[in-house]
Amino acid sequence: MSTRLAKQGRLIDRSKQVEFSFNGTKLKGFAGDTLASALLANDQMLVGRSFKYHRPRGLVASGSEEPNALVGLGVGDRFEPNQRATTTELFSGLSAVSQNHWPSLNYDIGELNSKFFSRFLTAGFYYKMFIHPRPLWKHVYEPFIRQSAGLGKAPNKELKDADTYEHFYFFADVLVIGGGVAGLQAAKTAAASGAKVLLLEEKSYWGGRTPVDGGTIEGLEAEAWVEKTLNELNAMDNVTIRNRTMASGVYDHGYVLGYERLTDHAPGQGGPRHRLWRIRASQVVTATGAIERPLSFAGNDVPGVMLAASMRDYLVNWGVTPGKKVVVATNNDDAYRTAIALHEAGVEIVRLVDARESGGGELADKARELGIRVECGRAIAKVKDGKRVTKVAICAQNGEGGAREEIEADAVAMSGGWSPVVHLWSHCGGKLIWDEAQAHFRPDPERAPTSHDGNAFVVTAGSASGPLSLSAVMADAAAAGAKAAEAAGRPAQSVAAVETSEVSEAPMEAVWFMPAKADIQLRMKTWLDYQNDVKVSDVQLAAREGYESVEHTKRYTTLGMATDQGKLSNINGLAVLADSLGAEIPQVGTTTFRPPYHPISMGAIGGEARGEIFQPLRKTPMYEWHDKNGADWEPVGHWRRPFTYLRPGESKHDAVNREVKNTRENLGLLDASTLGKLIVKGPDAGKFLDMLYTNMMSTLKPGKCRYGLMCSENGFLSDDGVVARIDDDTWLCHTTTGGADRIHAHMEEWLQTEWWDWKVYVANVTEQLAQVAVVGPNARKVLEKLNAQAGGGMDLSKEALGFMEWKDGEIGGFKARAYRISFSGELSYEIAVAASEGQAFWDALMEAGKEFGVMPYGTECLHILRAEKGFIMIGDETDGTVIPQDLGLHWALSKKKEDYIGKRAQQRSYMDNPERWQLVGLETVDGSVLPDGAYAVGQGVNANGQKNTIGRVTSTYYSANLDRGIAMGLVKHGPKRMGEVIDFPGLDGKIYKAKIVDPVFYDKEGEKQNV
Amino acid sequence: MSNAVSVLNGASFSGLVKVADSGLGGMITLRGDHASATLQAVVKSVTGAEVPAIRKITFGAAGAVAWMTPDELLLLVDYAEVDAVVAKLSEALAGEHHLAVNVSDARACFSVEGEAASEVIAKVAPVDLAPGKFVAGDFRRTRFSQIAAAFWLDEAGVYHVVCFRSVGEYMFNLLKTAAHPQSKVGVYA
Repeated sequence: MSTRLAKQGRLIDRSKQVEFSFNGTKLKGFAGDTLASALLANDQMLVGRSFKYHRPRGLVASGSEEPNALVGLGVGDRFEPNQRATTTELFSGLSAVSQNHWPSLNYDIGELNSKFFSRFLTAGFYYKMFIHPRPLWKHVYEPFIRQSAGLGKAPNKELKDADTYEHFYFFADVLVIGGGVAGLQAAKTAAASGAKVLLLEEKSYWGGRTPVDGGTIEGLEAEAWVEKTLNELNAMDNVTIRNRTMASGVYDHGYVLGYERLTDHAPGQGGPRHRLWRIRASQVVTATGAIERPLSFAGNDVPGVMLAASMRDYLVNWGVTPGKKVVVATNNDDAYRTAIALHEAGVEIVRLVDARESGGGELADKARELGIRVECGRAIAKVKDGKRVTKVAICAQNGEGGAREEIEADAVAMSGGWSPVVHLWSHCGGKLIWDEAQAHFRPDPERAPTSHDGNAFVVTAGSASGPLSLSAVMADAAAAGAKAAEAAGRPAQSVAAVETSEVSEAPMEAVWFMPAKADIQLRMKTWLDYQNDVKVSDVQLAAREGYESVEHTKRYTTLGMATDQGKLSNINGLAVLADSLGAEIPQVGTTTFRPPYHPISMGAIGGEARGEIFQPLRKTPMYEWHDKNGADWEPVGHWRRPFTYLRPGESKHDAVNREVKNTRENLGLLDASTLGKLIVKGPDAGKFLDMLYTNMMSTLKPGKCRYGLMCSENGFLSDDGVVARIDDDTWLCHTTTGGADRIHAHMEEWLQTEWWDWKVYVANVTEQLAQVAVVGPNARKVLEKLNAQAGGGMDLSKEALGFMEWKDGEIGGFKARAYRISFSGELSYEIAVAASEGQAFWDALMEAGKEFGVMPYGTECLHILRAEKGFIMIGDETDGTVIPQDLGLHWALSKKKEDYIGKRAQQRSYMDNPERWQLVGLETVDGSVLPDGAYAVGQGVNANGQKNTIGRVTSTYYSANLDRGIAMGLVKHGPKRMGEVIDFPGLDGKIYKAKIVDPVFYDKEGEKQNV
Repeated sequence: MSNAVSVLNGASFSGLVKVADSGLGGMITLRGDHASATLQAVVKSVTGAEVPAIRKITFGAAGAVAWMTPDELLLLVDYAEVDAVVAKLSEALAGEHHLAVNVSDARACFSVEGEAASEVIAKVAPVDLAPGKFVAGDFRRTRFSQIAAAFWLDEAGVYHVVCFRSVGEYMFNLLKTAAHPQSKVGVYA
């Protein structure tokens, strides 16, 4: 059984007990524990069930490489699935539940199923089995598979994350990732040059695993050296250090994401939970250490089978032993350290099997001296299945697993050698090289990730480079720190050799199968990828079925595709694949390492963007007034515009109809501030606008307005609006609300890339002005009343300010520009005042308008009024495939101009074609409202057996003024078919019959706007 | 004018730093040739400041001038004087291709003041704000989280932030969030 020992545990504070719960059971740990060490201290060997077979699983590792111990952490609005017990610091009140089990962790139905069916659940099983018959997938297979597979539960969708998050931008000359002895040494060396250094460590403590492994640096024990170095770094102004901050990804041009976990170890203490550091570094040093590999023997996933060095971590760091009778299996010297440490702590090492015939070096001798039974050339044949280790069968390594000796044990420590953590090196293109001696891929310093200038910007340090001995690690780290500083433009200091002492080790020997010729029964019980339940036999099957590429094999078997991204399984899986293909490992290559190194929270990615600052909302100066007066908001880009103003108890439909009638009969006010307003000025401005608009703008007289169309270079209608000529070389162009920024950019693009020598300046003054449309028969009266109240103002009579004219002056004491333009067909003024005075102007209009029946109106009323007049709307009548000719706007296409943007495109045969659908009005025979977007059907069917379409509805409304449905649409040969009735099948099954009519439904002569 | 109201009407917030709506300020977009002697002279005469170098802001007795693009300056003057200044600019530059336009009301302006101001801004703007990296007189057009913004640092160590008026409320709430009292980063202050 696993238990807490009376001694050891350098990271825990035994005076501070911490209570927590696992699957509802109250347990106790100490301050400084991880959830993993605390579970082991409570003999909780079983921590979860595997993904596919629901096999019992326990802790394998002690760090972020842990594949099994994923738990649901927290409750309610702080619940989060798939949290690693090994990287979760214990805190008082922590609540964890195991995952992927039903009905309970101890008794799981899925496990029984998999015992019966596991021989069917091989690689590719799902692909092969569930493809036929097709309909069964959606209704039978998928629901079943989703039920039985999957890891954590999604949080309750009704609850919102209780925590906050933020980002932080930081710039450094040298970023050192990893606060082990190598990272500390690299940071110290780089900092000595004066470079600005940022040092990140993902754990709460510094020094990595050297304090566990032993050895001395500069005459000090590792732990003391770490403390001394940390103090030195802290004292330097040019060094910033952060623990609990993991570098999750290295991206182009030295961009690195750091994931700082501020309150995970103390939830609810206030402030952001995670901070995402968005770092730009000239140089990145990855001192990310190495990960121990499991050995591939049958039953290597039984709870209690653990990586040897991780077992040592639990002992030294947290005073926990996973067993009382431990078998150690290894192919290298490092595992002897575990055997020795456990033995010295009073744990019985029942056997140490070393797959190497020649055995180990100094450490092996020491183990023997201590009386540990060491057997060379021996292997584990099998660990007996169960919820914990009970029996281990030992055999010869160089055999098929026969002639076994069975021994009793309650834990197994395994070591298959070490692989450098190359993930961060690889994220941005760093290449790897196969190291035959260590049997691992290590970074190839000749092929580093390169930056914009082609120079390397990542350098590895310590065991992340490959070397495993302390002396080599420290020398490499010092060199890496100096190299990075120099590359970042800081003159390198001469690097003094770091004095170290350590024991020498015998070479490791690659062991990819244990035993070497394990039979199929053993291989089917030998796990490569714990989290995704991929076995040696699965990879071999994939190879037999023709999956030669490692990337294909990965996807077929799901090897390395789990949340641990194959940290433990990668090399072992490659080796098995290479063996099956009869190829060398370097020829097979590796899969691609992608960010994040370790999953980060969605909250951290979103940062502060939630609640009221989830997305910027653009608000006009009158926004608050609208909101207080019943505005039903409609998003228009990032703007919010009132769709209609609801009165108490009123439906939207009724409110819109009220506004529609009132505007035609009395007086309506529209907040038109969102319309784009672009000033275009310069000696070449007229020429420029003649190119941008389809019609002529250079001939417009100052004081006059003209409606204009803009097309893309492909001829399609892009935007429209009224242009006013301000003076000889200045025009003001109105755009649609959504077009303001787009058309501004369009103008700048043509000016900067094509007509860079034309003298034209453009300024976007959209937000400088609040603009109010004053519309209806009483429009002039209300404005004249304001002027009368102010004791004078601009003359707004028909004679002084005619239709399609503008004028500067004062209205009601406000400095204003008035445009006599109308999008409704009524007498209408659009008045622009300074945005800061917009609300005051609106208030004045509302007050003065009372006697004239003033009502504000929203965008829906605006749409209906324009549709009654047959005016097109960009985005309704246009969709990026419509040209002005389709809409009967020939009158707005200048024939005099040699060119305008879109002209030549409109002359192409497909554009200049009478078969194109044309704009018409549509009136339902029964007065009902046509469904929006409905298609008209004609004779015959197309190649797919569908009815041929001959048109579609582009705008459709109920017109309160006409008391019937009105619509516009594009119809084949439309204008020539006036009076014909065509069919529009609705989604409701009904056929809507509509007569083709003129698109102008109201005041065809245009008398009302011209009074 | 009494009718004119800035976007947050003088609102302020105190957390890690003090964030305040600076109220109405006069702002003029001036496009033209920075190297023109006429332009330099009239800019100096209306603000008292020189035409700034790239990513800089210069200060004078009657205002300040910020570098926006290779052919655009932002003039900061008294709100009440804007029309008069635009008229002066237009008159002086009548013989040169230029554009001078009042944009005072298109903007929202905030001050960010306090020891942690650099850190608060570094949470939302991708700019190196380490001590000595962004100094008084530096001016940057950038983004604050999801919106376009510009900011500068004055001699008193106060940051001034400008954005479009329509997103002024977003900016204020964003700065408030970044200045939450329990969210100190602790690298610069």
